[in-house]
Amino acid sequence: MLILDCPYCGVTAEETEFHGGGEAHLKRFGPGSSDEDFEGYLFHRENPRGVHFERWRHVNGCGKWFHVARDTATLEVFGSYSAQVTEPPQEIRDAITAKRPGWRWREFA
Amino acid sequence: MRGIGPMRRYSAFAVAREAARYHSGWERAWRSPEPKKRYDVIIVGAGGHGLATAYYLGKNFGITNVAILEKGWLGGGNTGRNTTIIRSNYLQDPSAAIYEKARSLYETMSQDLNYNVMFSPRGVLMLAQTEHEVRGYKRTAHANLLQGVETEFVSPQRVKELVPIISLDGPRYPVLGGLWQARGGTGRHDAVAWGYARACSDMGMDILQKCEVTGIRQEGGKVVGVDTTKGTIGCDKLGIVVAGHSGVLAAMAGFRLPIESVALQALVSEPIKPCMDIVVMANTVHGYMSQSDKGEMVIGGGADGYNNYTQRGSFHHIEETVRALVETFPMISRLKMLRQWGGIVDMTGDRSPILSKTPVEGMFINCGWGTGGFKAIPGSGWGMAELMAKGSSPLTEEFGLNRFAEGRFVDESVAAGVAH
Ligand SMILES: Cc1cc2nc3c(=O)[nH]c(=O)nc-3n(C[C@H](O)[C@H](O)[C@H](O)COP(=O)(O)OP(=O)(O)OC[C@H]3O[C@@H](n4cnc5c(N)ncnc54)[C@H](O)[C@@H]3O)c2cc1C
Ligand SMILES: [Zn+2]
Repeated sequence: MLILDCPYCGVTAEETEFHGGGEAHLKRFGPGSSDEDFEGYLFHRENPRGVHFERWRHVNGCGKWFHVARDTATLEVFGSYSAQVTEPPQEIRDAITAKRPGWRWREFA
Repeated sequence: MRGIGPMRRYSAFAVAREAARYHSGWERAWRSPEPKKRYDVIIVGAGGHGLATAYYLGKNFGITNVAILEKGWLGGGNTGRNTTIIRSNYLQDPSAAIYEKARSLYETMSQDLNYNVMFSPRGVLMLAQTEHEVRGYKRTAHANLLQGVETEFVSPQRVKELVPIISLDGPRYPVLGGLWQARGGTGRHDAVAWGYARACSDMGMDILQKCEVTGIRQEGGKVVGVDTTKGTIGCDKLGIVVAGHSGVLAAMAGFRLPIESVALQALVSEPIKPCMDIVVMANTVHGYMSQSDKGEMVIGGGADGYNNYTQRGSFHHIEETVRALVETFPMISRLKMLRQWGGIVDMTGDRSPILSKTPVEGMFINCGWGTGGFKAIPGSGWGMAELMAKGSSPLTEEFGLNRFAEGRFVDESVAAGVAH
């Protein structure tokens, strides 16, 4: 059972109040992009064993989408942050580095 | 250690012989050798699919210089964690082909492997509890007819005859009929892994347990070996068959997969007297139940909704499954549950597996069986062995990685939702 914080309404609640939305910070490729990029955007996922950035929605609450940084091998949550960013903010990266020195995720570290 | 050289066959006579000498003569079922420097083929993952792949490489193609590398103990992944439902009533033709091949191989597996895998073709009934499901299952029954897979859509009355403990007119989930596959059933999951392992070892293959693959070596775009916790081992061909860990192995080779790993849970009750002699699946409520030979009710639920590698899921999913099943089977409401566990399943978007070449020459992958690959083990091993030995197989043709780029999905998600 995960316990998550909604960065919008400030509620801390267990996972049943939220709904997972999959991998975060996907770069969208559309018309004009290569087939390979389009396939990657649609289907390929990092699916790491370890640090993961993902989207969640506060469905049974304020309804907002937000981001969570989490470890898929331990279920530890490093923090949640706004949906209005394309990369994890520095304080989230620092929080991860404090616990998982040397972590990597795509081009972020 | 005994058991080097050809294995002794199991038989009624062997049981009598051993009984007469206090069971002192049983051999180890497989050898535990040290790794060689190189093999013709390395299979990563000693679950059912990896072991079956190795077995049919030897049996059908005479390729026996093979190692099967397992980071834990063989059969300790999803193969030893599933609810053992075996059926082949899928919607799409490529699925019907590989799952029906598997189901038919299960019928003779005990004889073929000389190992009792306790295949029990007791019949599988998938309940239709909404109008949509009625239509969907009728469509599947028609498709199965064309595919040569024997299934039939049955009435609520027939459902009640098959499953006397069922409540047909539950207020929320009335039973409107069901898709019945009389030749489906269950098997003993561990025995499937052990039986294949024993046969592989007997053909001279090396099963290397506690040997985790940590890197994949390539030269000029071609695979040449793997780094492991027992050193570097060379190979000509590499088969990755690691279910939930497929993404981790793909990352080692420098590519990504259309796969996400999530937890799927199951539980068993205390043993009770025989009360249900078929397998019942209720996909609307994500609940599945059968009774084991020991008398436990074996129950499976739906998958959790987020990426997870911990082999444990969230408790509320268990609660949802049990709540829904109690409405359909009121008599289980007082049962105590004994154990609950989880496995990490590898989900693709179209809910169909991947049996494929990869961007790395000589490296093949078999994954994406998700919540329902136990039933497929022999068919998957058969096709994967052919793919690795010959470069293509009619069974695996439609399950290549290229289907995503080309939009040729083998869409079973509409047909079955999340089903075992
Ligand atoms: C709770 C549950 C219920 C299920 N119920 C059913 C059912 O009723 N019917 C059905 O058909 N299917 C069912 N399934 C699905 C089925 O269990 C799987 O699809 C199938 O067992 C997958 O087999 P496998 O050999 O691919 O994987 P696994 O058995 O998981 O084997 C993969 C192996 O790879 C090893 N490995 C991973 N990484 C490495 C590495 N780096 N180096 C070396 N080894 C590695 C793992 O340790 C593991 O032993 C269920 C699954 C679960 C979890
Ligand atoms: Zn909120």
